[in-house]
Amino acid sequence: MARAATTKSTASRPGPAKAAAARSTRSSKSAKPPEASIDDLVGYYRDMLVIRRFEEKAGQLYGMGLIGGFCHLYIGQEAVVVGMQAAIDEGDTVVTSYRDHGHMLACGMEARGVMAELTGRIGGYSKGKGGSMHMFSREKNFFGGHGIVGAQVPIGTGLAFNHRFRDTDRVSLTYLGDGAVNQGQVYESFNMAALWKLPVIFIIENNKYGMGTSVTRAAAGPSLAERGHAYGIPGKEVDGMDVLAVKAAGDEAVAYCRAGKGPYILEMKTYRYRGHSMSDPAKYRTKEEVNKMRQEHDPIDTLRRTLLDRKVDEDTLKKVDREVKDLVTDAADFAQQSPEPDVSELWTDILVEA
Amino acid sequence: MPTPVLMPALSPTMTEGNLAKWHIKEGDTVSAGDVIAEIETDKATMEVEAVDEGKVGRIEIAEGSEGVAVNAVIAWLLDEGEDADAIPSEGAGSAPAAAEPAAPEPKRADGGGVGPERAPEAPALPGAPAHTSVPVSVPDVDEARFFKDTQRQTVREALRDAMAEEMRNDPVVFVMGEEVAEYQGAYKVTQGLLAEFGAKRVIDTPITEHGFAGMAVGAAFGKLKPVVEFMTFNFAMQAIDQIINSAAKTLYMSGGQMGCPIVFRGPNGAASRVAAQHSQCYASWYAHCPGLKVIAPWSAADAKGLLKAAIRDPNPVIFLENEVLYGQTFDVPTDPDFVLPIGKAKIVRQGKDVTITAFSIMVGKALEAAEKLAEQGIEAEVIDLRTIRPLDVETIVASVKKTNRLVTTEEGWAFSGIGSEIAALMMEHAFDYLDAPVARVAGADVPMPYAANLEKLALPQVENIVQAAKAVCYRS
Ligand SMILES: Cc1ncc(C[n+]2csc(CCOP(=O)(O)OP(=O)(O)O)c2C)c(N)n1
Ligand SMILES: [Mg+2]
Repeated sequence: MARAATTKSTASRPGPAKAAAARSTRSSKSAKPPEASIDDLVGYYRDMLVIRRFEEKAGQLYGMGLIGGFCHLYIGQEAVVVGMQAAIDEGDTVVTSYRDHGHMLACGMEARGVMAELTGRIGGYSKGKGGSMHMFSREKNFFGGHGIVGAQVPIGTGLAFNHRFRDTDRVSLTYLGDGAVNQGQVYESFNMAALWKLPVIFIIENNKYGMGTSVTRAAAGPSLAERGHAYGIPGKEVDGMDVLAVKAAGDEAVAYCRAGKGPYILEMKTYRYRGHSMSDPAKYRTKEEVNKMRQEHDPIDTLRRTLLDRKVDEDTLKKVDREVKDLVTDAADFAQQSPEPDVSELWTDILVEA
Repeated sequence: MPTPVLMPALSPTMTEGNLAKWHIKEGDTVSAGDVIAEIETDKATMEVEAVDEGKVGRIEIAEGSEGVAVNAVIAWLLDEGEDADAIPSEGAGSAPAAAEPAAPEPKRADGGGVGPERAPEAPALPGAPAHTSVPVSVPDVDEARFFKDTQRQTVREALRDAMAEEMRNDPVVFVMGEEVAEYQGAYKVTQGLLAEFGAKRVIDTPITEHGFAGMAVGAAFGKLKPVVEFMTFNFAMQAIDQIINSAAKTLYMSGGQMGCPIVFRGPNGAASRVAAQHSQCYASWYAHCPGLKVIAPWSAADAKGLLKAAIRDPNPVIFLENEVLYGQTFDVPTDPDFVLPIGKAKIVRQGKDVTITAFSIMVGKALEAAEKLAEQGIEAEVIDLRTIRPLDVETIVASVKKTNRLVTTEEGWAFSGIGSEIAALMMEHAFDYLDAPVARVAGADVPMPYAANLEKLALPQVENIVQAAKAVCYRS
């Protein structure tokens, strides 16, 4: 299991009062996050570290030729999924783009199964037939893993439609990038979600670039969080490098959706340290820019400092580090030992047998 | 055991590169994520980060080395308490066994296609086409028994009844599309559904095809059963990405987890005098794609029986209707259990001299042509394909074995059309039985013109079918 057991307890229901003022505000910094317990914090630390180490390992296996095709790493953005996952509950659904390894681990999918999908083996979540960009787990309510930029947005809206149709109070977390936010189907989705008050949280992971194009060169308007204004969808900019800020904003958005008020937009200000995919030398940004983010805003380092400040001893964290390392090593071993899919798999799963 | 640092591949095609620069030296301590070296390929210079932590025990490949093979050991990291003596001496230049993949050499597919080394081993027929993976043998159903009690109905009414019955049967079936609810359907196909099932299950959407198609796919992933009406299939081109990339492919890409029980339906093909953007047959577009089923009925009975089957089917189904047929009347079984199997063609006229295949509106024209041919002493067998994918190859082959001649008909363009596919299938499955080349009757290879005289020329007419049938019978 990729998830720290301790984080389970954090998915408590926030009171509806918190959702009161919902128009777009420029920053969530003002909303003081509720004090998290040490156990919660250690859980977030562990969950973020699992993603970080997993991605580094994936990068290494890619370098060894064990992972093929496109492989988009999530390093730097860990606080976003870990914070949001802490704000939701059993039965809520998640859907995202091709930069999906972190989301799957955060949803509680096994590191082994994710890594084995990356290596194209039968032990992978899609039996090796989906690869890095296309993985799913019905059991963990993770609905992909979508390779077409923006396509997951109407799909996530449809998952929210499903929650509503079945008269549940479940919500749909629908992640998209700062590049995806310019796709027409995103606005088609905003319109329908607002029109029908669907419980969907659109989480824009603004990592400043869509491949090599910076947000400023691609997106008009002052703020992506405000992209829903025309539809009356509240939006909020969030420090996506701070897991606690993400959790607080997530709590607020989730409460709003559960209360039946309709969709919500969260723009997560985040950053990816690595290139867009493995073969991207990232010439469109300076080394200084990357280093500054890493040194001053790294979500894992920041939380580690917080933990030490709150008198968690080094040994406890070292133990977590070791466990995480072992988990990832085990996943990598599994992903190499699991056999390639049998050739008969070529012909399965094309249609559901009626 | 010291940890080897390997020369990484930085792109799917890289086999070797230059080690441009070391950022570390022997004795340094590194942690995961530190940049340790720069590698140059013909395309770019990239930084290499440490994946493990440790002390740099030995650097194997000097800065400035060119043509370093991917996976060669370029340095060694030592764990706490280890020293350089622990490094295997023969290690230089080749990866130790421990780092070798346990499974066969991984292969890189550059184009994303199936490489020759993955050539399919199933199924057995030489040159077996991929679609034989789709079951073509559909169990025979005694359709005749349903026709003991029938009523006269238009195709429009039959379609509406099919939806209404399935909605009564299954509470997760819902209908959505433009003007389907309050307006009762742009072509009145959904007449009365709103009154019976309410706005929760009969949903007027904004004009947002890409969006509502994708939304319906998401709902289907959530195990609802959407029936999505496109006002016409011309507008479904806005949504074709969601239909193909999301609805059709996700089951496969998820290793069987994400079924998508959905029906996309609406009028397809030429209506009358609406010109190029509103008059196109999309049968071959959708039939091309594994993961979809494609149905194109002609009679009202088939429309009802097959739409019910489509709604019950756990897969994405494209249901191609025809505006001109909506008002035509046929005998439709009254039995509430009347459902037809998807994938079964129907011989709508028996004959021994030539086989004519048709679907949707062309079935009527093929039957008319058969009448005319009969007057000239040619007995044509007319097959209503009904389902385009999976195609009932068996029925066509059996007929061709009897008549030895085949004319295919469709409203769409011939190039890469359904007729082309059937001709290829006959070469594969009935080559020795053909006494003449297969003839294709299809729409003219032009965008649909508006002018009445030109439109008539662009569409396949009864006379074209008669001529083609005579030609394959070598009769002038
Ligand atoms: C419809 C479509 N167009 C283009 C691409 C190629 N592409 C893949 S990722 C990408 C950039 C997307 O950037 P963003 O949405 O910011 O997400 P990020 O990669 O930063 O997570 C592009 C152009 C695609 N996959 N799909
Ligand atoms: Mg981006």
